[in-house]
Amino acid sequence: MDNGFRKRLHIGLKQWAAAFPYLFLGVAGTAVFVIYPMIKNILVSLQDYSIMPNAENPWVGLDNYRMAFTDPNRKFLMALRNTFLNTLVTVPINWFCALVFAVLINLSFIRFKITFRTIYYLPIITSWIVVAFLFRFLFANGEHGFINFLLLKAGLIDKPIQWLANYWTAMIVIWLFHIWKTVGWGVVIYLAALQGIPKDLYEAAEIDGAGQLQQFWRITLPMLVPISAFVLINLVNGAFNFFPQVYFITKGGPMDQTQVIPSLIYMQAFNNFKFGYASAMSVMMGLIVFGITYTQMKKLSGRRLL
Amino acid sequence: MKIGFAWKVLVYAVLLAGVVVFMFPFLYMILTTFVKSAYSLPRPREVFSVVPNLDNYIIVWNKNNFSLYFRNSILVTAVAMAGSLFLGALTAYGFARFTFPGKEFLFRLFLLTTMIPGVINIIPQFLVIKNMGLVNTYAGLWLLYIGGGVVGSTFFLRGFFESIPKELEESVLMDGGSSWRIFVHIYLPQSLPALGTLAIFAFQGTWEEYFLALTIIKDEALRTLPIALMMFNDKYATNYGWVFAASVIAVLPGVLVYILFQKKFVQSGYNEGALKG
Repeated sequence: MDNGFRKRLHIGLKQWAAAFPYLFLGVAGTAVFVIYPMIKNILVSLQDYSIMPNAENPWVGLDNYRMAFTDPNRKFLMALRNTFLNTLVTVPINWFCALVFAVLINLSFIRFKITFRTIYYLPIITSWIVVAFLFRFLFANGEHGFINFLLLKAGLIDKPIQWLANYWTAMIVIWLFHIWKTVGWGVVIYLAALQGIPKDLYEAAEIDGAGQLQQFWRITLPMLVPISAFVLINLVNGAFNFFPQVYFITKGGPMDQTQVIPSLIYMQAFNNFKFGYASAMSVMMGLIVFGITYTQMKKLSGRRLL
Repeated sequence: MKIGFAWKVLVYAVLLAGVVVFMFPFLYMILTTFVKSAYSLPRPREVFSVVPNLDNYIIVWNKNNFSLYFRNSILVTAVAMAGSLFLGALTAYGFARFTFPGKEFLFRLFLLTTMIPGVINIIPQFLVIKNMGLVNTYAGLWLLYIGGGVVGSTFFLRGFFESIPKELEESVLMDGGSSWRIFVHIYLPQSLPALGTLAIFAFQGTWEEYFLALTIIKDEALRTLPIALMMFNDKYATNYGWVFAASVIAVLPGVLVYILFQKKFVQSGYNEGALKG
């Protein structure tokens, strides 16, 4: 061992000793409750796992994965399809509404900016369960359900809709529920970003004779590109992680048609005790989401992540 | 260049339409809590003609141990909040102020865990808690809330900690102060707005947390409010006045905390360093 290495080792150890007291608990907590569970997930997915004490838990190779694709009820494939559908429908709407509301609130002549922001953010701070009760109530069957009442009054439908009894109408309720509940997040993030755009950019443009619209296209939108990457990544992630949206509104029904992967995982594990099967679906979902998030973040932020 | 009057009206109309969409469901919910003995779906006309009263709130508070579950939730949330804040600050300080070999690797490992959805970890997390013999205890729940959430709070706080000027430390260092004293006397007080914001996030995240609590807690007397609310709904589903009175009580603390403190909110993550210490 040469002297330089020994010296570096010595310094390194000293640095570790200084930081260790602060990092130990956080790193240990993450290792035990986040990273180890991820590994455990993979292990369980390869087993016929039972939570009974002293259960044998035999290794079954990829059987659990195979089951996901060969299940005659196609539950996993249906959930996968719904997950993509949820993303495809809600992300553009959510993103567009957030951007429009934020830009409008930020216009110089608008008063009560904070009030608008607070109201738009209110659904975010209300719990998923309560908002789910509320949506189930508003979309109740029969002519006294509020939405049916409105649509009947407006003459758009001639008989009340059984919202949660059919696949597409149930999906619409789930989407509206998700968008209503989460659009305020994007509004708040975009408002903060808009307020961070340096004022002198606009002043310079004004001097050059650029109109309001031109300023919006040439300054505001380009300045919002980096934050839009952040917003979109989070919206896609949020759409992939649909769980309370489905669990509290339809419980996956009718007939498991509106199920998404997280709700399917949870119900297979804790209602049917198929831990191995549920873990196999978890691993697949983890890989999909990781793949998407990782590539998006890499592409959009232009930074090295690993 | 001036914006025309018609445009202003149009913009306000769009924003007010948003207000109606976001506020109306809440209003309808609150009005429903005033409907007495609604054992079937109340007609919209009934809902709009109610007289405000607290009857349903009083009934619900004394029903099905609701007040016990409320207290349980306060205990669970308070400890989880304090723990998350403390552990997050500690870890963020470790990352922000020290250099050591492997720091970037460790931080990237933390970053990678955020790219994998937390929901898929519920099964193995339950197994870990089960192996520790902590199923059906708050300790098990706290470990998951605090240990599972430390990455998020570390990310949130690290940016603030790194924006604290090093010169501030010098006075403490000159007195021969330790890194712990710098943490307690400089970093914590300097980042109070960030800590406050994190506290509110932690509060809301734990107060309404359902799935982990449902998985870990089996004992009826230990249930938290979200579980109780769900059970209450299963039991009295058609009594909308009661269900929504219980719901309003459950969301009130979060809404109040948010409205009181929202002006002090700070954002982090994407615009680190843009704020002033």
